[in-house]
Amino acid sequence: MNRAVNRTIRSAVTAWPWLALFALSAILVLMRQSSPAILTYPDGWTVPLVDWTNVAADWIVERAQPFFRGLARGLDAAFSLVQYVLTTLPWICTCAIVLVISWQGGGRKLALIATVGLLYILMSGYWIEAMNTLSLVLVALPLAVGIGFGFGYLAFRSRRARWIVMPVLDLMQTVPAFAYLIPILLLFGFGPVVGLVASVIFAAPPMVRNTALGFQSIPPAILESARMSGCTGWQRFLWAEIPTAWRQMLIGINQTTMATLSMVIIAAIIGGFEDIGWEVLSSMRKAQFGQSLMSGLVIVVMAILLDRITAAYAARALPTASFAGLPTARFFAVLAIATLAAMGAAALLPGLWLWPEWAVWSPAQDINSAVETLLVHYGKAMAALKNGVLYYVLLPVKIGLERAIVPFTWGVTFTPAAKAAYWAFAGLACLVGFATGAWRAGIAVVVLAAFVFFGATGLPWVSVLGFAVLLSWQLGGWRLAAFAGGATAFLLINGIWSQAMLSVYLCSVAVLICVVLGGLLGIWGASSKMVSAMIRPVNDMLQTLPQFVLLIPALMLFQVGDFTALLAIVAYAIVPMIRYTEFGLRSVPGTLIDAGISAGCSPWQLFWQVRLPQAKPQILVGLNQTVLYALGMLVIAALVGTTGLGQLIFLALGSADAGAGLVAGLGMALLAMMVDRILQAVMRRQR
Amino acid sequence: MAEFPDDVQTDVPPKAAQLSVRNLWKVYGPSAGAVTSGAFEQMDLEQKLSHVRDADHFVAAADVSFDVAKGEIFVIMGLSGSGKSTVLRCISRLVEPTLGAVFLDDTDLMTANPRELIDLRRHKMGMVFQDFGLLPHLDVVQNVAFPLKAQRRPRDARRAHARKMIELVGLKGKETAYPHELSGGQQQRVGIARSLAADPDLWFLDEPFSALDPLIRSQMQDEFLRLQKQLSKTIVFVTHDFLEALKLADRICIMKDGQIVQIGTPAEIVLHPANAYVREFIGDVPLANVLSAQDVMGPADGDGKDHPQVPRSTILNEAIKLFDDGTVTVDVIDDDGRVIGALHPLTVIRSLYHDDAVADI
Repeated sequence: MNRAVNRTIRSAVTAWPWLALFALSAILVLMRQSSPAILTYPDGWTVPLVDWTNVAADWIVERAQPFFRGLARGLDAAFSLVQYVLTTLPWICTCAIVLVISWQGGGRKLALIATVGLLYILMSGYWIEAMNTLSLVLVALPLAVGIGFGFGYLAFRSRRARWIVMPVLDLMQTVPAFAYLIPILLLFGFGPVVGLVASVIFAAPPMVRNTALGFQSIPPAILESARMSGCTGWQRFLWAEIPTAWRQMLIGINQTTMATLSMVIIAAIIGGFEDIGWEVLSSMRKAQFGQSLMSGLVIVVMAILLDRITAAYAARALPTASFAGLPTARFFAVLAIATLAAMGAAALLPGLWLWPEWAVWSPAQDINSAVETLLVHYGKAMAALKNGVLYYVLLPVKIGLERAIVPFTWGVTFTPAAKAAYWAFAGLACLVGFATGAWRAGIAVVVLAAFVFFGATGLPWVSVLGFAVLLSWQLGGWRLAAFAGGATAFLLINGIWSQAMLSVYLCSVAVLICVVLGGLLGIWGASSKMVSAMIRPVNDMLQTLPQFVLLIPALMLFQVGDFTALLAIVAYAIVPMIRYTEFGLRSVPGTLIDAGISAGCSPWQLFWQVRLPQAKPQILVGLNQTVLYALGMLVIAALVGTTGLGQLIFLALGSADAGAGLVAGLGMALLAMMVDRILQAVMRRQR
Repeated sequence: MAEFPDDVQTDVPPKAAQLSVRNLWKVYGPSAGAVTSGAFEQMDLEQKLSHVRDADHFVAAADVSFDVAKGEIFVIMGLSGSGKSTVLRCISRLVEPTLGAVFLDDTDLMTANPRELIDLRRHKMGMVFQDFGLLPHLDVVQNVAFPLKAQRRPRDARRAHARKMIELVGLKGKETAYPHELSGGQQQRVGIARSLAADPDLWFLDEPFSALDPLIRSQMQDEFLRLQKQLSKTIVFVTHDFLEALKLADRICIMKDGQIVQIGTPAEIVLHPANAYVREFIGDVPLANVLSAQDVMGPADGDGKDHPQVPRSTILNEAIKLFDDGTVTVDVIDDDGRVIGALHPLTVIRSLYHDDAVADI
């Protein structure tokens, strides 16, 4: 007994900052009725950063606009040319070119996939839209690759450049793309060019990273042997460095291609022209789910084809590649012959020039009615599912148990006695934690209890600020604490606190689901080859798809709202959790498992005491990625009517308000970076 | 010959030194140049070393001087971190030395400008690397022809020459293979062929066989000696393997912490280790395989009797087979058949147990 008391006292001494925070929070909560500033950050304390940004933006735009508008005209000309070619070329001709390129990259198998994909695009009747999108990709891609290569090589050559380039990359990839669409909009005017420029900015970072990585990982012996062979700097660059780094750069091109496509489609939000992204978006807005599904599938097909073709060329760049294709000169000859032959055929048969109307297969109406039937039949069950998640999971996290438990939804009243019991239980659990020496667990119980009780929107902002700073300080020292404090303060003084907390709410629920579901799937996948083989293509699919597309089925079945957004976020963010869990469990060294078995572990013990602890670092990496993915998807989910920072960005986009958009975007990025750094600190402590 | 400072460390006077390294320093650190300038020149070696270390700089090579004669195999031997690779890289200027001079014939390599340096590398130097440094996207012929391509020789000429080099290193039939299709030993043969493609005078080998299996390593060493017999290059060979050094070297240079500990022929080093550090290496050396008759022989007996004879370069392992119940003296003869000394069982036994009192060279 004495020992328990002693331990409790010692724990309390160690955890005193937490206890102080709890006490402060309790006082604030008790006073919240009398002073609203406790829950809502007072407007008077905000800084008009939005206005300042707008003034600065206006100033810059005014001076830089002529230059950028000129640039826009140039880009527009290039785009118009490509667009003209792709939309006027007979479909048979375009298909012939794509097929020859696929065959050269990946042989018969890839050519077959390409045939099926192209056939779908033709039959769906979205050929012209697809070609419009493709022309955007074809113009943006070389620019993104070129710029990415330039900066990547610069980062490789100069340490000083690396110090500047790498943090900028982090920022470019964490700030939601919509946020920087606004300044681009102001600089470049409206039209497809904005999407083009945004895609280039969004898609260049993977190329930069892979270029730098490729050059950095050239074995030093190769560089030295090139020098000793008497190469000039230029010869070394062309004959030794580029070929050795080439494979990594092709991986970069693959990623950049996917990012370009993804962004080109998202850019439809700021003004579509007849491209496929616009098609999806407008049919989604008109609630024509059949149409949006059909056109969304076109995007899926394009994504798969672009991914497979570029990936095939990347794989082929290895000297170990089994498939080599034709020698370059013969390949171009075949390409030219195929193109000309297709031209000739199209000239003879008009059906090969323009896809005939009668061959368009559009089951959109059938899908619509099927969905309706489905909703009629299973509507009750689906509504029950949706409401269940809404009432028992989403609402408690959003507004807290104290407001979510009402007779209308839960069927019970949260009586003062029940509340007292709730807190007594939490306090008791905390005390047990203290007494057993596991004071961190005790603290975690109270924090969790408070979070669920008051909800993300019902917590005093001072408490949240204190929590962020304290947690970061304990995990990563004063620098991390300063960063977390700064990031939280940024959200507060810019008056976007309530939106930020709404984002936190949706994100934390999504991450929770991802961790539980994804973790289980990962464990399952690690234990069974068959399951793993089944999960992998689904994961690949979810990762390659432009995020946009994931909204369609969710929206179709569950209409606008938080639940729909939650589904879309989970679908996108669950992938890393599954992958890293499986990978972590699978890469536990065999000797450790043998050692565990020979020590007499039961399978259960083997899992908990040998495999899971070993896989923990990998699982944490997966968790980190999942959080970042969830935050990234959050913005896109705002399309289906969530509230929070994402919505703020969209509103800003609608009114071309650069300041509001950038501030909200930066807030989002700071949130993401804060979570990332805290998790990184956890990972460092694990080691 | 260029003017050299007269503190040459070798006891053997250089016979027509082709490569001369003089007072070479390599110091790593943020301001290596400043640390080694000014009063640095006037200090003695110990002062210099402590001066650099006090400035928190790292000495990779300290006052290294040696000569390599034409056609000689000069092996730099040391453990990791001893500075042996740094010295080699300073000579080829893959690493810029902080101080010092390197002469190839009469040219000072340290003052060569980039253009001249490229020219020197194209025509005068060849180098073999521990991890081969083959270009993965080129096949064997293209890899071997690579230095010739850098020289802009016509395609057919360079490919024909490359094929000849490939045959020389015994890789005929593998011309169109890619590096990843070859074993480690074969890859290093490609590396050797490439380093010889431009017919250089200087041949640098940086731990060329360290990444290979013991059996292959031994084969490659024999192969290397065979090639050298044929080609007579001036060689600087870096290794951490003392036995390899003994097997291949005309002279060995032992390095520790960036400094030269001892330079000498294998027999000199084995019989007269400069200090305890060198002696430790000799501990596990099968001396009977290293020493030759002339290294341990005493004065000729001069008793007028006929004794079995061995040429002076016979290794002891072979020579001692001549001793039997009736033979206690074996005469050592020179290349002209004259008796220049004699072996007795006792001298041989003593020499194999590191007894310095016996042999006198």
